[in-house]
Amino acid sequence: MEFELDSGNTAFMLTAASLVLLMTPGLAFFYGGMVRGKSVLNMMMMSFGAIGVAGLIWVLYGYSAVFGGDLGGGWLGNPFEFFGLQGATDDQSLMAASGVPFLVAAGYQATFAIITVALISGAVADRMKFGAWLVFTAVWVTVVYLPLAHWVWGGGLLSATGLTEGLSTPIDFAGGTVVHINAGTAGLVLAIVLGKRRGFGKEAMRPHNLPFVMLGAALLWFGWFGFNAGSEFAADNVAGRAWLNTLLATGIAMLAWLATEKVRDGHATSLGAASGIVAGLVAITPAAAAVDTWGAIAIGIVAGVLCALAVGLKFRFGYDDSLDVVGVHLVGGLVGTILIGFFATDANSTWYPDGAQNGLFYGGGLTQLATQTIVALAAVLFSFTATYVIALILKATIGLRVSDEAEVGGIDLAVHAETAYETLGVGARVVTEVK
Amino acid sequence: MTKLVTAVIQPHRLDDVKSALEAAGVRGLTVSEASGYGRQRGHTEVYRGAEYTVDLVPKVKIDVLVSDEDAASVTEVIVRAAQTGKIGDGKVWVVPVEDVARVRTGEHGDDAL
Repeated sequence: MEFELDSGNTAFMLTAASLVLLMTPGLAFFYGGMVRGKSVLNMMMMSFGAIGVAGLIWVLYGYSAVFGGDLGGGWLGNPFEFFGLQGATDDQSLMAASGVPFLVAAGYQATFAIITVALISGAVADRMKFGAWLVFTAVWVTVVYLPLAHWVWGGGLLSATGLTEGLSTPIDFAGGTVVHINAGTAGLVLAIVLGKRRGFGKEAMRPHNLPFVMLGAALLWFGWFGFNAGSEFAADNVAGRAWLNTLLATGIAMLAWLATEKVRDGHATSLGAASGIVAGLVAITPAAAAVDTWGAIAIGIVAGVLCALAVGLKFRFGYDDSLDVVGVHLVGGLVGTILIGFFATDANSTWYPDGAQNGLFYGGGLTQLATQTIVALAAVLFSFTATYVIALILKATIGLRVSDEAEVGGIDLAVHAETAYETLGVGARVVTEVK
Repeated sequence: MTKLVTAVIQPHRLDDVKSALEAAGVRGLTVSEASGYGRQRGHTEVYRGAEYTVDLVPKVKIDVLVSDEDAASVTEVIVRAAQTGKIGDGKVWVVPVEDVARVRTGEHGDDAL
């Protein structure tokens, strides 16, 4: 096929890519506000670090390992086919059908790898060595993200021709499995391997800056329009459907989270609003263009209520998923991925891959529900196992955790030699002249 | 002789107390942010369903240096201006001061007030 540049679609995809990249600094604020004042810089640095590491890996061999020719069996693409993203023609663009050049398509996908690994950092707040985090991001993107993205989006094990070939084609519009179930599961594993923060469940560990959390939620929401609408790869009516559902489900999930809190705790909180927003965004991601207005509303309600309840699980089971990567991303990702089995529809400007079925409530029977469940469980199983192996190896070799002294005194000061706020440095004075 | 009147009050009563003291002729005071608890104990905050009891609540502390004869009336002024009748209104106490010096002039005792 002769490549024909579509400047409208290309401009849209460049804009969408920039929006998605903004999500990661947004996440830095969302997470940074939730930790204590003594570890906010480290929290934010984990997100920024992820941009550098995952961005480099993506350009070197990441894109190629996901979208390159399958090495056999649907496990992984050829990491050397597009090594360094050099020498490919625009005919080979992932988005060639909508006239978007190769490099724009590759750049857009880079931002997904970056945000996915950054999401995990919420599980390890206050206590992970920064160097170990950078090594973890490199290894995790390579060993977990790239294969799973290939399975779902690169024609691999969880695509139309994968495990569910006899049933139906799985639907994951913008990354419910690859991004959210994956990051949520990895967060659970890291929280378990790393162990609890000192004082978890005893000391008060309240968020030190809720306006930061609100700002982060706002930036995430804004960027998420690029994530979901951009996943159409073209500026068209399906992108409009994804955009609209990203507005609707998210707002509803926020309200549902607040209602849950009001009933359970007596107050609707700003942290609850910010959390509900992210839970809604996560849940609508795989379904963004696969459900209609009523499906989006239903997904928003279920995600808001279930995630608000799920964030309490860590106290019951005793794992310190500090900022609720599991409760929000794993649970929200599962909600969205599985509810597609009830609400998928081919009407009203939705996106509908060949071989997919309507959901149970739209006359399609149980087939799509079965497919979605299989895909979700496969993603959990793979991510859990692979992340566990990585975490154990890193723990035994370079070590994952800072000393008790550094953790209690504040990881910002111990690891980065900085403090975020003057008040933390009362009594400090200049001991050597700045050169 | 000189007395030190110290009041720990609800932060939202500060403006009224300040005006009342001014009207009563008090010419200087020191205000600081404080935290503590009395009989009301603290309050509860909920973050993502996890309850935290905050036992130290924000208060404002006012220190006023007055002459012996003014101590009782200044105490009354503060109590009246700070009172809401609800638990947590605070306390006012008076202690004797051995000496006071004005830094600018070096004056001592009541002359320094």
